Amino acid sequence: MSQSTTENLKKTALNAWHRAHGARMVPFVGWDMPVEYTGVSNEHLAVRTRAGLFDVSHMGQVEIAGKDALAAVQHITSNDASRLKVGQAHYSGLMTPKGTFVDDLLVYRFGDQHFLMVVNASNVDKDYAHIVEQIKGIGDASAVNSSSRYELIAVQGPQARGIVQKLTSVDLSAIKYYWFTHGEVAGARATLSRTGYTGEDGFEIFVAPAQAVRVWEALLEAGRDVDLIPCGLGARDTLRLEAAMRLYGNDIDDTTTVLEADLEWIVGWNKTEFVGKEALAQQKARGLTRRLVGFEMVDRGIARHGHDVCDGAAKVGAVTSGTQTPFVKKAIGMAYVPIAKTAPGTEFEVDIRGRHMRARVVALPFYKRPRG
Amino acid sequence: MYPNDFKYTKDHEWVKVSGAEGQIGITDYAQKQLGDIVYLDLPEPGKVVKQGQVLGTVESVKAVSEIFSPVSGEVVRVNKDLADKPEKVNAAPHESWMVAVKLSNPAEVNTLLDATQYAELAK
Repeated sequence: MSQSTTENLKKTALNAWHRAHGARMVPFVGWDMPVEYTGVSNEHLAVRTRAGLFDVSHMGQVEIAGKDALAAVQHITSNDASRLKVGQAHYSGLMTPKGTFVDDLLVYRFGDQHFLMVVNASNVDKDYAHIVEQIKGIGDASAVNSSSRYELIAVQGPQARGIVQKLTSVDLSAIKYYWFTHGEVAGARATLSRTGYTGEDGFEIFVAPAQAVRVWEALLEAGRDVDLIPCGLGARDTLRLEAAMRLYGNDIDDTTTVLEADLEWIVGWNKTEFVGKEALAQQKARGLTRRLVGFEMVDRGIARHGHDVCDGAAKVGAVTSGTQTPFVKKAIGMAYVPIAKTAPGTEFEVDIRGRHMRARVVALPFYKRPRG
Repeated sequence: MYPNDFKYTKDHEWVKVSGAEGQIGITDYAQKQLGDIVYLDLPEPGKVVKQGQVLGTVESVKAVSEIFSPVSGEVVRVNKDLADKPEKVNAAPHESWMVAVKLSNPAEVNTLLDATQYAELAK
């Protein structure tokens, strides 16, 4: 089978491991990444029912430190980072002055005056430049692009905690969802974060690149009895869509505001200011004209990113993500539609290769994990 | 791997000709490239296609791919079983015919690849 040339692509520390273990590799935003090992559906179901292992080391990291680090983070991100305790993380947005997305990200409070932000691989350079520019005037705060210091390994699924627990003396049951701690995993210094992009419980583990293969193999070994399997970006995408997590470049970008993306919960309205606040306040006062919704197909067909949402012959919106999902087993998706069509139960049409197929608005997320 | 009584296209379709009819499907190589197939969009009987024209689409979880007709003719039957069980195409690609076409120009078959040539292409 032919493999595309990978000379100009960036490689994670696990690249050779993926290739040696049968992953199908694809170019993904400048990286040579595994899209699947044993099939998207198989990997998707493994994560929903047992556990899956992901190399997400392509994700970028930008750290902000200094006496005024909190002020800097408050200025550049939408969510209210003052609510973060040391050891806690949250989802947030890096906003343009228009209230649209430069990127979406996780903000980790490493210390009182030290934050780490995990950003999309496609946006690292853009984000870093934006951040440096935006925090210039803020006293003592400096930003560092520390992406090359971290490999990021995600263990996701109902069995994830048990697997990781075998390899660490840190009491993982004490780490709440969206909290993290530092410790050793399989003898390697690591940051263990109870976060993920799948809608399941699980951990994202930051390690030094030199330790990545050892930690990865130790995790697979520790998960052998529950059939932990390596997974690719294909399953990561279908899993995040079932969980209705937005994907930058598909569902959100610099043309969509955080309100239109139905993410008002990451807007810190009580902050005195942040980049984009004024525009967002105006938009809220004016009222939205369109909003992101979840939908299921009524007619047979699968809506995909870029398909038009139609009202008769007129294009009134756009599908941003869509697939047939392996667990929910429906053709689902997300789309921007006119505000009058956003109520659950409302039907609209999607132009799928020239044919108008009916879809119905449903409440998000499509999948919610059972909580014990 | 690739049946000797089939003919193949460079786009990874196969056609099995018997008499005036040809059954059309996609190859093992194609299903592997696509991954888990979840939906087939096939034409209605009566549709007339030319060789190389789009006959339908195959969708996997991660991709949408067009099926190009290996031959010209009129669609006479569609394999309805596959509509409910598209994953059959992954499990048995060379048994999962999608449509049967009544050939309008049987000589076109000679322009297609034989099993040996196709196996070389799909290496």
